[in-house]
Amino acid sequence: MRALAWHGRHDVRVDTVDDPEIVNKRDAIIKVTSTAICGSDLHLYDGYIPTMKAGDILGHEFMGEVVETGPGSTLQKGQRVVVPFTIACGSCFHCGKQQYSACDNGNPADNQDIAETLYGQPMSGLFGYSHMTGGYAGGQAEYVRVPYSDVGPIVIPDGVDDDKVLFLSDILPTGWQAAENADIEPGDTVAVWGCGPVGLFAVQSAFLMGAARVIAIDHFPKRLELARRFGAETINFEETATYDALMQMTGGIGPDACIDSVGLEAHGLFVDNVIDQIKKSTFLGTDRIHSIRQAIVACRKGGRVSMPAVYGGIVDKFPLGAFMEKGLTLKTGQTHVQRYLPGLLNAIMEGKIDTTFLISHRMPLEQAPEAYRMFHDEQNDVTKIVLKPGMAVPAPAAA
Amino acid sequence: MNDGATNSGRDDAPLATSKHGDPAGETGGRIRNTAGDQIMARAVTINRPRAELYAYWRDFANLATFMENVERIDVTDDRRSHWVVAAPAGKSVEWDAIVTEDRPDALIAWETAPGADVPNSGRIEFADAQGGRGTVVTATILYDPPAGIVGKIVAKLFQREPAIQARRDLRRFKQLMETGEISTNAMNPAQAAAKEA
Repeated sequence: MRALAWHGRHDVRVDTVDDPEIVNKRDAIIKVTSTAICGSDLHLYDGYIPTMKAGDILGHEFMGEVVETGPGSTLQKGQRVVVPFTIACGSCFHCGKQQYSACDNGNPADNQDIAETLYGQPMSGLFGYSHMTGGYAGGQAEYVRVPYSDVGPIVIPDGVDDDKVLFLSDILPTGWQAAENADIEPGDTVAVWGCGPVGLFAVQSAFLMGAARVIAIDHFPKRLELARRFGAETINFEETATYDALMQMTGGIGPDACIDSVGLEAHGLFVDNVIDQIKKSTFLGTDRIHSIRQAIVACRKGGRVSMPAVYGGIVDKFPLGAFMEKGLTLKTGQTHVQRYLPGLLNAIMEGKIDTTFLISHRMPLEQAPEAYRMFHDEQNDVTKIVLKPGMAVPAPAAA
Repeated sequence: MNDGATNSGRDDAPLATSKHGDPAGETGGRIRNTAGDQIMARAVTINRPRAELYAYWRDFANLATFMENVERIDVTDDRRSHWVVAAPAGKSVEWDAIVTEDRPDALIAWETAPGADVPNSGRIEFADAQGGRGTVVTATILYDPPAGIVGKIVAKLFQREPAIQARRDLRRFKQLMETGEISTNAMNPAQAAAKEA
């Protein structure tokens, strides 16, 4: 099959590799019809994620058609499914509590060592996201082996476009969980740092959960425009003093709940935060902690902070005093995707959540390297690229 | 071997986590002297009843399913089994293990018979986890790395990171018991077999 493989920093290629096959009883093989590039894929692209190996197949936002099933799969050939980016077994203590991203078993035994050493306990496996989270081949490919297919994938009714449901795989449930973790009460003002895909879904989710006002913060005008489209008020932090604006806009109280989705594209695991590379990398430096620091300082007394944004390592200059003195609550974590799928699919079908607005480009899988370059270099205009394995490569313009 | 669970009354922490002394020696031994042994211990909570876990483990031939380095276990009789364990450079090490204590659904303890390439002993305990969380399986393993060429092989096998093999094996045991399969990122059965080899 053809698949997008990582070969090093800013070096991804569409390679011909062996087709995946059923290995375990609960596996299914999915023929991919749509697969998106996630903001977090850019950090693999930039070479910031350790434990990558040349030839690793990327991609953790994908959907497709079931073409093979193991004897323990509950799926049937021909069904269309969206696959969660988290690989969870459904049988362990954490899955029983619907804490799927904390699954004990989704990550192969040998791959759990690094995360256990860094974090105390290992988290679930993830598709296409380094060997620390399992070393699983990802979905930017023609076919994918999906372990525990009786637990993860959600079957999509016929006649519903891929574009409407693809983001169930990651960014929609991540935005929803971010809002849920903010414990929104009717009448609340919710501030959202970062209007990437997750921030924009958090804006929509916050309104659905009863927020009276949402204030969205970013510096890309097109992204702020999208947030405004969903009813948010906006702050461009390059034009405006964010803390001062938030205080004045909330009558001197501060937002009741603050959602930091700035680092969210980095929902990978930044172990290099704890190794020395971090010192050289301004990319992971104070800018990244800045939004959570600002959220804690701006949040009203007794308020709630939700952090879908990922901080993988150890940070300093964390405003622990403000956090304690104001009695804030902080909730965070990788997304328990499987928990939210039925409810969010319903919300999409009923037209309560719009997902297709996000897609700015649709390209053939064969053009994935060009898609990565565009997504990396043109963030204002390229909000989301969906790759289609079956799509014909456009003929070059006549000379 | 005493119960191996506590460390001489210093506190309530498991013996193998002691920072002082010779915890392996404190466990004693019926067949062999454990003084100066390497000791490692690890607990894992498995969301299955302890009778089921004990039964699977007590059939020693099953253990090769999830113990990566174990090539073969031949069950000689109810108390004795012969182990063949892969070592680096295509070598293998062997020993006879004798069950020294067996409490159904609760405990299996063993020691190696004289002449083992790697004298070892240990215990696997099965206890109900609180709150209906299944079973806490605690493995305590002691081993005496031999000198000479075999010792060098064994050192490569065990000493670089003494707990690493045990913790991976216990994770695989948990996966197999909880999910019915061992998680793998292999793309096809051939790759999966190569990983196990």
